Amino acid sequence: MSTAVTTAPPAAGAPPSSVRRRRRLGSTGIVYLALVGILLISVVLVGLRGGNFFSQSTVAYMLTQTSLLGFVAIGQTFVILCRSLDLSVGYVVALCSIVGATTMAGDPNRVWLGVVAALAVAAGVGLVNGLVISRLRVNPFIATLGVGLIIKGYLDTQFKGPAGSVPASFQGFGYTRIGPVPVSTIVMVAVAVLGVVLLTRTRSGYHMFAVGGNVDVARLSGIRTGRSIVLAHVLCSLCAGVAGLLIAARFSTGNALVYSYGLDLDSIAAVVLGGTLLLGGRGSVAGTVGGVAILAVLDTTFNVLDINPFFKDVLRGAIIIAAVALYARRQIDPASSRARFLPGRRAAPSAPTGTSGPATGGASA
Amino acid sequence: MSTSAATARAERPRLLERITASSSWTVYALLIVVFVGILVMNPSFGEPMSLMAFVKKAAPLIILAIGQYFVIVSGEFDLSVGSLVGAQVVIAARLMDGEDSMTWPVMGIMLLFGLAVGLVNGLVTTLLKVPSFITTLGMMLVLYGAIRLWTGGAPTGALTEGFRQWGRGGLFGSPGEFQVPYALLIVVVLGVLAALLMRRPYGRTLMATGNNDVAAAFSGAPVWWVRTRAFLLSGLMATVAAVLIGGYAGVTAQVGQGLEFVAITAVVLGGVVLGGGRGSVVAAMAGALTLEALFTLFNQLSLPSTIRPAVQGVIIIAAVAYAAVPRRPRRRATAEPPSSAEPSSPVDPPSRPKEPAAT
Repeated sequence: MSTAVTTAPPAAGAPPSSVRRRRRLGSTGIVYLALVGILLISVVLVGLRGGNFFSQSTVAYMLTQTSLLGFVAIGQTFVILCRSLDLSVGYVVALCSIVGATTMAGDPNRVWLGVVAALAVAAGVGLVNGLVISRLRVNPFIATLGVGLIIKGYLDTQFKGPAGSVPASFQGFGYTRIGPVPVSTIVMVAVAVLGVVLLTRTRSGYHMFAVGGNVDVARLSGIRTGRSIVLAHVLCSLCAGVAGLLIAARFSTGNALVYSYGLDLDSIAAVVLGGTLLLGGRGSVAGTVGGVAILAVLDTTFNVLDINPFFKDVLRGAIIIAAVALYARRQIDPASSRARFLPGRRAAPSAPTGTSGPATGGASA
Repeated sequence: MSTSAATARAERPRLLERITASSSWTVYALLIVVFVGILVMNPSFGEPMSLMAFVKKAAPLIILAIGQYFVIVSGEFDLSVGSLVGAQVVIAARLMDGEDSMTWPVMGIMLLFGLAVGLVNGLVTTLLKVPSFITTLGMMLVLYGAIRLWTGGAPTGALTEGFRQWGRGGLFGSPGEFQVPYALLIVVVLGVLAALLMRRPYGRTLMATGNNDVAAAFSGAPVWWVRTRAFLLSGLMATVAAVLIGGYAGVTAQVGQGLEFVAITAVVLGGVVLGGGRGSVVAAMAGALTLEALFTLFNQLSLPSTIRPAVQGVIIIAAVAYAAVPRRPRRRATAEPPSSAEPSSPVDPPSRPKEPAAT
């Protein structure tokens, strides 16, 4: 219904599509530019301390940091693109680490069974999230918070400590490295590529953008909006499930306390840092991976420089705000915000010149 | 006379309509159900003493809900209130350090600090155009880290008795007997002020901004300043809540943790729509009261503490889903004259159901 659309004045006129294209590429571009900038600063800072930022161990640590948050944030991207939100991911990660580890129960033959079980549970949670949001019309914030609390209650009641055990063959997922690159990071990049393909090459992906841009227009255009939302939530939970398996592989056991890591808010921060609009409809998985990388570089630098962990929180908070403020300027540029479906209520006189002209007219319903 | 009989007859369905039409009626129904549940389980809960103890426990959340209401109704979020409450309590303990003479100056400092945090939240959100979710999330991290950095991990110092009386003490009567808690008075005063404020031009503008900020801007409302003031109010309320929590529960490192989600849940339970533009303060306060009553009910039922989050999750989803879905059929069933004035209740004049009947 009412939305926090920006207060920018209506644009003078719709820009030609070439300009728009350049701007859209720019959004992810800025993220990687910021990443390079932060990387340079880190290298200099670490270098001043006489360290080598690109030493094998540092790079390995950094890449390991990316994978866990990476999975969760990629999933979160789908959901946020649909103008939804998933606050239950942390609990899903914990739940799936336990389901995976207890199903495997230390037996190498049951590895795949464990993986399938964990992912099935994750998909189930995502389905519930999506259906509660799309069918029961519960606000995503409340729906996923509630589902998260339900999982938390179950975990706290059933599992007092670590549960299950992971056979050595599966622990490789957590520890094996090819050169300095951990296998988990490679899997994460593969998932990211799948996500990019889904969003930019398939009908479902386009539908997600449309639903996030404007649900009413999407529905009037013949998109089953509920299905897109459910699909996004299932994918999000599946990604969180993979993260849970990674946790299980690293700890060699399932751990319920993972939910206190703050993965939910961190993943949202990473997604927004990656240039995806929290209001949905614009963004990319590639940008999210950039956002995750920025957070990982920061974390690694803080670690190498041996910064007080509390000061780390202060810096992280300030940097997240500052970074988002930096590219908020561009994204909220009225010219770029009308690239997709124009918000119906803001029917500026110049609307018919936009490519989505016909659709905007009917959005007043 | 026949006319009075006619109006009386016409009045009844309208009253029912009036109650069930507003989106917040579920919270009042739920509140009554939960209270009846508690009283059935434990009749002594109805005694003034334990009722007042409950009020003292519930007061901080109700006040936080008022602050969060202003922000949510303007279309934003404030995730930093939990850390802000924690920070304020720790600051108070550290600066007072048990010195009675420091009570009032430190409370002044807390007030300024709360307003400063609100101002930063508001300006970053409105002028730098950072989504409030991210602004206040960052503020939450900053406050969390800064306070622990300052105190070296664990809170130090002590709160003075003069400070703690606000959360624990009361008027009329001596401690140990029946007293009217200060917390109750503060909640009532703030609640009345908030309800009045929402009827003032500022409240109307705030509601309009949350409903459609572009339209509000075109109508001449200074949207950025309206929203910034909402964040200022939230910071102010968090400060008051910190004083009460500090008084009631004392200082620990965990004070305030997770309170932001509880406060948002309470507000949404009160039928306030996330995204802004709908809902009443009184209902938000009722939402907070319901949530606290629910926790008390869990205590009475002696549910294992670990299962509580699950029950809480089910209830908030169910309550919000119930408030969201069956509104239209219900209205059609009792439709009297064909005054199908959009989704607003036909009783009120054409204005939107901003302030659904308070009782």
